[in-house]
Amino acid sequence: MSAITPEMVREHGLSTDEYARALAILGREPNLTELGIFSAMWSEHCSYKSSKRWLRTLPTEAAWVICGPGENAGVVDIGDGLACIFKMESHNHPSFIEPFQGAATGVGGILRDVFTMGARPVASLNALRFGAPAHPKTRHLVAGVVAGIGAYGNCVGVPTLGGECAFHAAYDGNILVNAMTVGVADSARIFYSAASGVGLSVVYVGSKTGRDGIHGATMASAEFASDSEAKRPTVQVGDPFTEKLLLEACLELMATDAIVAIQDMGAAGLTCSTFEMASKGGVGIELDLDRVPMREDGMSAYELMLSESQERMLMVLRPGGEADAQRVFDKWELDFAVIGRTTDTGRLVLTQNGIPIAELPVDPLAEEAPEYDRPWTRKPSAVAIAPEAVPAPNDPARALERLLGCPDLASKRWIWEQYDQTVMADTVAGPGGDAAVVRVHGTAKALAITSDCTPRYCVADAREGARQAVAEAWRNLTAVGARPLAITDNLNLGNPERPEIMGQLVGCVEGIRDACLALDFPVVSGNVSLYNETDGAAIPPTPTIGAVGLLDDAAGACTLAFKAAGESVVLIGATAGHLGASLYLREIAGIEDGAPPPVDLAAERRNGDFVRAEIAAGRISACHDVSDGGLLVALAEMALAGDLGADIAVPEDAPPAHAWLFGEDQGRYLVTTGDAEVVLAGAGAAGVPAATIGITGGERLTVDGRHAISISCLRAAHESWMPRYMSAP
Amino acid sequence: MRAAVIVFPGSNCDRDVQVALARAAGTPPVMVWHKETSFPSVDLIVLPGGFSYGDYLRCGAMAAHSPVVGEVAARARKGVPILGICNGFQVLTETGLLPGVLMRNAQLRFVCRTQHLRVETTRTVFTGLYRPGEVIAMPIAHMDGNYFADDDTLKALCDDDRIAFRYCDARGDGGADANPNGSRDGIAGILNTARNVLGLMPHPERHADPLLGGVGGAALFEGLVRALAT
Repeated sequence: MSAITPEMVREHGLSTDEYARALAILGREPNLTELGIFSAMWSEHCSYKSSKRWLRTLPTEAAWVICGPGENAGVVDIGDGLACIFKMESHNHPSFIEPFQGAATGVGGILRDVFTMGARPVASLNALRFGAPAHPKTRHLVAGVVAGIGAYGNCVGVPTLGGECAFHAAYDGNILVNAMTVGVADSARIFYSAASGVGLSVVYVGSKTGRDGIHGATMASAEFASDSEAKRPTVQVGDPFTEKLLLEACLELMATDAIVAIQDMGAAGLTCSTFEMASKGGVGIELDLDRVPMREDGMSAYELMLSESQERMLMVLRPGGEADAQRVFDKWELDFAVIGRTTDTGRLVLTQNGIPIAELPVDPLAEEAPEYDRPWTRKPSAVAIAPEAVPAPNDPARALERLLGCPDLASKRWIWEQYDQTVMADTVAGPGGDAAVVRVHGTAKALAITSDCTPRYCVADAREGARQAVAEAWRNLTAVGARPLAITDNLNLGNPERPEIMGQLVGCVEGIRDACLALDFPVVSGNVSLYNETDGAAIPPTPTIGAVGLLDDAAGACTLAFKAAGESVVLIGATAGHLGASLYLREIAGIEDGAPPPVDLAAERRNGDFVRAEIAAGRISACHDVSDGGLLVALAEMALAGDLGADIAVPEDAPPAHAWLFGEDQGRYLVTTGDAEVVLAGAGAAGVPAATIGITGGERLTVDGRHAISISCLRAAHESWMPRYMSAP
Repeated sequence: MRAAVIVFPGSNCDRDVQVALARAAGTPPVMVWHKETSFPSVDLIVLPGGFSYGDYLRCGAMAAHSPVVGEVAARARKGVPILGICNGFQVLTETGLLPGVLMRNAQLRFVCRTQHLRVETTRTVFTGLYRPGEVIAMPIAHMDGNYFADDDTLKALCDDDRIAFRYCDARGDGGADANPNGSRDGIAGILNTARNVLGLMPHPERHADPLLGGVGGAALFEGLVRALAT
């Protein structure tokens, strides 16, 4: 048995204190396999050791929550005996190192998290952040990530319904790939990971185990240096065809009563899944590693336990369930093996070639992982910028054209046309709207799904930015007429060992908590990705919020497209003309500064509840939230979607015109209606600011009768940037 | 009309076409697993979209050698109508039931969008409810839909009125801008000489319900039900 040197401990990402703790738990020195297991289990990625104490403060409960954070994904009740299961997860580090496989396996992992719980995945979304378009790596990363997401999701046959894609130099060295999947299950047949019962078969199913992805979790728990490319061998390789077979086989077996517990093998593979199942079930597990289906000969216990080969599941079967499992997995031609059994020892025992080669107590590793209260400092929020201090454009119509063609607002059609958006034949609204809408198969209901975050707000003020991210997700669901149910949060940050980064994490959690409490919008699942920094430069705090809402009638979903000429355009919500940290400030004035727009959560809720009720009452023909780029951008997006113009006027009592047109005040919607009087009266009665600002019609957008631009001109600006950028040499 | 849908490992539009057929016919189709070599006598056999066997060789190449496809080919020769959608079309060219090949899209990227199509012939059991020259829309979603055939084959397809659909724009005009994948002559769907086998890249089953943004594909299923009523 090899002696463990301090270098080996360091290479495994364990601190001196952590190693001392491991020694105390074992009462002896670990062998190499055991050290590898400690390293994986106590990695930031698996243990959440820096974030746990803060994540605990998030609101996770509501009457409709069936299962909050802690399982593979969150579960909410959607009525009629059905549940919606969803989660978002990052695959940032691998996607930077090898964009196609990194992104593809990110999709594979999140799909498995959802179907592990008994749900058929019905939609995926992804939130992507790339470096500056001019950075030499960006184009290659965009092409690879998008192709990887498409290749995986398209083959499995789950529609990918867009998400977000933005660019900023702060992501040059660390891109973000956050993937979200939403599934639907029978609420009486949800599967969990707790392996209760002793003497039960532990079953392995799916792809064979190879030497890929060893130490993926450890790699994702350290910052990059400029030699990150050398880490390519830690990236896994995906096989979406096997995933599809695994999905169908699992759902087929779940229809029997063969399964006691099930857990996918994701980060840290067999190690993490075994500990998770044993720890939650309060049992021990013995594994005979010779029985693990292997891709190549001579794999060591260390490699078998730490491989992150994809498309694998671990199950605990009820006595006699093996025959059902054998029948189903034979049909789908998947590798299937009984590799161990549950015990009452509370210990994980590994044998290879008939010899015990590792023995570890389950609970101390899983439940007593190190937890840190890392020092943190709160950066003061950036100073607010008065609208008058921001230069006005000569012609707002030209400023609008530039904004619609800037990388962050330009159409992402080039991306989403590479995703199958219509497979499963339930897509009511695909990419390009406020939220995607997917019918719940076989019912009249629909789920609304969105993903949101505005990192430029978060970098100026993490707490306010996180409040805004949750509020915008809630607003996007509302804008299609859905009742917001719950969120999944994916916190992407730099190195938490630096107090200012830890302060950002604290701010993000506080902001999410504020908004979730005010909007009755609990967190049911989530993921934390730390160490997104290279050579000391961290990404902006990016708390991506994935959110799901419910429409009782899919046919009642509202879209942003103008529907008919001669309808009133009504602005809902108050406009102060906040230009700090706005896209106008960055793209037109060339300044990245200022406090983000404050989020008044009470007004947010009042305005949203009003808009949702008006949509349900059939008084609103089109609805769009006002966010990036402000009112004029929102108006242009509605015009582009409907291929119909509008004529608006800046009100007399407004802030300076450019602040009214481009300010990013929160809690606002643009709606169209043929019945403005009733809508305005209703708003007045509900205490919701509302005003008619114009009328739909024609082929141009016109402001104050003098600044005009044609829809075709706007479309050219909006649609041309991305294809042109991607086809450049 | 009694229909059967062939299910390969990796098929992912089998349920979608099952729903569309049930909606049009009033009775659900029989779902036939790829390992079957016999299945009930039916009026229509559908090869659905997806990634049969992962499409890790050429698309449809593995499926063309599956146990069930031998039986499908035998029935095709006896005149049973066969509809191959997307990956199903690829399977039909790989088995030789339809001429030509489906190559990688000219732009080398997967393409998913709602695509306009011109109905080129209504002299089939599949397209009888469309008007000749009618412009319809259906979703497309494929990586390998770039139809190619040699000059002689192409001439035969044209001369025999065996091109079922061509890609076009909203006004019905063809040309490079309206062609999503580089297909020769804008071909989106073709028939065999006996006119009982149709392969097409677009997905009629995804536009067979008004809630999903269009009903351009509904008439294909309704037309089959009418033509094959038993």
